[in-house]
Amino acid sequence: MGNLFKIAVRNLFRYKRRTILTTSLIAIGVIFVLGYISISGSFKNMMIGQITDSMMGHLQVHRKGYVASIENLPLNLNLKPQAVKKLEGILSQQPEVEAYSPRIKFGGMFSTFVETTNVRLNGVYPDKEFKTVPLLASRITEGQKALNRGEILLPELLARGMKAKIGDMVVIVATNQDGSVNGKQFKVSGILESATGPGGRDGYVHIEDAMEVLRMSAMEISEVAIRLKDFSKGEAFTQKLDGLLSGEVNKEGKPALEVHSWQQLSPFYNIARMIDMMTIFIQLMLIAVVLISIMNVMIMAVYERIREIGTIAAIGTLPTKILSMFIMEGLCLGVIGVVIGNVIGLAIIFILNVSGWVTFDFGRQKGLVLSPTLDPMNMLVISAIVIFVSVVASLQPALKASRMEPIKALRHV
Amino acid sequence: MSLIVAENISKDYQVVAIKVTKDYGAGENIVRALRGVSFEIEPASFVSFVGPSGSGKTTLLNLIGCLDKPTEGNLSVVGMDVLKLNRHESAQFRGDNLGFIFQDFNLIPVLTVYENIEYPLIIVKNTPAGERRKRVMAVLEAVGMLDQKDKYPDQISGGQKQRVAVARALVSDPKLVLADEPTANLDSKTAYTIIDLMKKMRNERKTTFIFSTHDQKIVGEAEIIYSLADGELVDKQVKGGKQNG
Repeated sequence: MGNLFKIAVRNLFRYKRRTILTTSLIAIGVIFVLGYISISGSFKNMMIGQITDSMMGHLQVHRKGYVASIENLPLNLNLKPQAVKKLEGILSQQPEVEAYSPRIKFGGMFSTFVETTNVRLNGVYPDKEFKTVPLLASRITEGQKALNRGEILLPELLARGMKAKIGDMVVIVATNQDGSVNGKQFKVSGILESATGPGGRDGYVHIEDAMEVLRMSAMEISEVAIRLKDFSKGEAFTQKLDGLLSGEVNKEGKPALEVHSWQQLSPFYNIARMIDMMTIFIQLMLIAVVLISIMNVMIMAVYERIREIGTIAAIGTLPTKILSMFIMEGLCLGVIGVVIGNVIGLAIIFILNVSGWVTFDFGRQKGLVLSPTLDPMNMLVISAIVIFVSVVASLQPALKASRMEPIKALRHV
Repeated sequence: MSLIVAENISKDYQVVAIKVTKDYGAGENIVRALRGVSFEIEPASFVSFVGPSGSGKTTLLNLIGCLDKPTEGNLSVVGMDVLKLNRHESAQFRGDNLGFIFQDFNLIPVLTVYENIEYPLIIVKNTPAGERRKRVMAVLEAVGMLDQKDKYPDQISGGQKQRVAVARALVSDPKLVLADEPTANLDSKTAYTIIDLMKKMRNERKTTFIFSTHDQKIVGEAEIIYSLADGELVDKQVKGGKQNG
């Protein structure tokens, strides 16, 4: 094996320029793919983090049919107190759950005593909400990063449009599920930066204030947002929770509750999928580059060394050994390209991280600095693909070499 | 009709050919390169096949070297009926029993003199490193190339290249060495040196040497000379007398 490797490397250095060009091509391909994966992957993860940690949570539980009518914020599809109690009991026993936050979502009229407009609000337990969506606090650009009873966190655009400032008194008027109207005064305690995605422009009040406005005698919850300890286990836990809640049935005997992962709730999931699809296409392009360049080089190598192949075959080299010799050459080309590509690729990713050159806007969030990171598994997969394709690309020329009749090969001019 | 007829196939002979015929092409374009050639070669012989271009020398050497198969007839090399060998077995047989010296030397350009000689021991015979070194050094010394061992083929002369080729052919201790026009690309002085070297190796190692040539001066160095013409054996001379079968 060691000798095959030695001969392969020497043969590669026999045609230095060709070897350098081919390995450069492979290395550039690897650099490009690693760069793309790290930047697009980091962008995707950052956005998912923004969405889930700013307002959505990793998954949510609703009463069946609520999500389908979520634009209306239907109070009659809230979870009943008994169901909420049961759900909280189940969630508190799950080791995967880091935090959860029950929410009453409702729409109402917002008045500054001068002007009136519509508003969508979440009634939450502040401590539970801040634990479940930890970026919520960072979205409060003005005022205190907390929420007490009688206070309201106003969405930035609404506050600006209505000229509402910190400390101002405002009125929220809402209709409860029986159709009666009620109003309550709130003090503006904070201004919330908008976040992209559903619920990104909602305001927040304390859950008990929400109950008071809606004249709820017992707490009826619109949704429970859940944060997991390990985000990557979201899909598995969604299925698990779905199973645990399947026992809760409505009067028709159908499941009373629905579990939705962030993928099902956020339109950004489709963008994330498109990024993944583009990554696959980029990888396919890399495969094509490696396949064509190595196959070309190996075909040339076999053609130029026909007499040499005849000689080694004549002196008794088995066809399988000849096959191995040429495959080893292709393998070496791939490995050299991968090593150079990985080293330069990592260096570029490191420089991008240190420099902070890559910034972008997402929705109303401007100048987000992207820190490209690379999952070692991605690097391993890319390297493995390139090396595998190198071997595959060498296979046909190597087979041709191994099947050559020594007598014909020796006669070749 | 061949002048020389092999009486029997015996393992005492290194090569036994009985009515060996070789055709190339097919149908109306068939070319008969060998026409019922029969002969025997004893171990440790120093044999030459001579004849003009197109007489069938190279074809015969290719058949003895298991690089090709006869169309008709029987051919035994080192006791093996070569017709029965498949492609893989032929390669193995060549590696185990035969050595080759080519007209154009055919050294591997990316390997040094030492590595070229070592090559059959590594790739073909899987000889252990210590044993390998011993054998390569011995054969390098025998062919007088010890001081050139670290040079690459393009750094040595034609005569030196052929010495290396002789060493490569001998390093795995073959029973039979086949040399197709080994001196054709050398000047006459170097050609004699190579033939002398081959003879010396035969004397020391008792290896059978079969070579082809069309150079009459070199032919005289062989102990047994088979003459070929138009694919037939027309003459056999044994040094010290003439024998027509």
